[in-house]
Amino acid sequence: MKHKVSSMSMGQKTYLQSQKRNAVLIQISRFLIFVFFLIVWESCARLGVIDSFIFSSPSQIFYKMADMIRDGSLFQHVSITLAETLISFALVTVLGIAAAILLWSFPRLSAVLEPYLVVLNSLPKSALAPLLIVWLGSNMRTIVIAGISVAVFGAVLNLYTGFCETDPDKLKLIRTLGGSKADSLFKVVLPSSIPLILSVMKVNIGLSLIGIVIGEMIGSKSGLGYLIIYSSQVLRKRYILKRCDIAFCPSLLCFR
Amino acid sequence: MAQSLLQVNDVSYAYHTKAGETPALSHISLTVSKGEFLAIVGPSGCGKSTFLDMLCGLLKPESGEILLNGNPLEFSGAKIGYMLQKDHLFEWRTIYSNVLLGLEIQKKKTPAAVQHAEELLLSYGLDKFRDARPSQLSGGMRQRAALIRTLALDPQLLLLDEPFSALDYQTRLSVGDDIGKIIKKEKKTAILVTHDISEAISMADRVLVFSKRPAKVQKIIPIEFSMKNRTPMSSRSAPEFKNYFNEIWKELNHEA
Repeated sequence: MKHKVSSMSMGQKTYLQSQKRNAVLIQISRFLIFVFFLIVWESCARLGVIDSFIFSSPSQIFYKMADMIRDGSLFQHVSITLAETLISFALVTVLGIAAAILLWSFPRLSAVLEPYLVVLNSLPKSALAPLLIVWLGSNMRTIVIAGISVAVFGAVLNLYTGFCETDPDKLKLIRTLGGSKADSLFKVVLPSSIPLILSVMKVNIGLSLIGIVIGEMIGSKSGLGYLIIYSSQVLRKRYILKRCDIAFCPSLLCFR
Repeated sequence: MAQSLLQVNDVSYAYHTKAGETPALSHISLTVSKGEFLAIVGPSGCGKSTFLDMLCGLLKPESGEILLNGNPLEFSGAKIGYMLQKDHLFEWRTIYSNVLLGLEIQKKKTPAAVQHAEELLLSYGLDKFRDARPSQLSGGMRQRAALIRTLALDPQLLLLDEPFSALDYQTRLSVGDDIGKIIKKEKKTAILVTHDISEAISMADRVLVFSKRPAKVQKIIPIEFSMKNRTPMSSRSAPEFKNYFNEIWKELNHEA
């Protein structure tokens, strides 16, 4: 290793090393916080500071998890939730971008629809989920739609606002070159919005997951949402807490 | 010089808002000969940029007519190049593909046109930056690239809207000199809008003074130097320079 960098100056070498040390330090700190949290939780449960029947404990969760991995049910539930989340995320992304483009292309349309979008976005989607199940039945399609309903309106609003904030001088440049609205869209608006699209997507994966879990809690026989509601009904709290942990994992993976 | 390229006859324009009407241009008439370099100076906000937008066809005059080669602007089929205040090179494109943007939009990306653009890159020293991103270039180089993007379309008339105002003073002098030479060498007809009197005198064959808004043609001052082969930079040290400066300064400050 050292030989490879021998052509660099001392200053550059020190700089790179300090950068690397910084990155490693951040990783270790992240990991330590997690371990610390588990240790505190476990020892509180063992010492009777908290009621382990209600709050569960990391070791109980671990054993239960091992059980479920052994009988394969964990994998089944996680994969269903993950698949539903990814489908609804993909649809939210496509629908969100398409709708935002449509609104951007027709200012009059967006002026007409804006109040509706704001209302739909602020609608509590968890209240909508039971209705969706009554309307569409208790199946995967309903769950996916629940996931979409949570994320899509915010995505449309955010993307549309971003599109409208495109530098007007850059749009003028396209017009001075004789370009059409489509040229503006494909040569300026979309390329300059890529960072925005990525950040909106990051938010959407989490929102889709929330919608999916809500949908599963209310109308499903599988998935993490179902497990959470099932175990809360039989009052096995450690199920719930674990489920929440697991539900957290897909979004962590996607964030990476 | 005798042949006239652009003829503006009694053109007026007003901006309309809910609060009322703001007249911007009032009965403007002027002629620009082929190969001429005309500079327009005027108090800020007097409607200089509006005038260029109109020459470019982005705005339509409310009355009067604009003739290019004797034909109304929209039928003339002539190509007009417009350089804006900032270079507006797109960061998501390389210098090379930025330069080809106009050709792409006008669907004129023929081998001959691309060849022409490449020759321009080569003769103005940007060839070695063809695969660079705009942010890797200095302000002067970026402005050069923006000029080549405009010249690649082989425009008959070049409109320059304070193209150096975003640069610092020193860069501005050398880029002004640079761009002025390129325009002369390519034998382009150009109209430069600026609020910098020295810049106008140094580059132009004629300086046109606009009055306060609504802009009228207050005075047209032909710039003639005794020296031969003048460049924008050498003009600045010509003995006649300060006389022209004083004359224009007076026109701007003592309005009729």
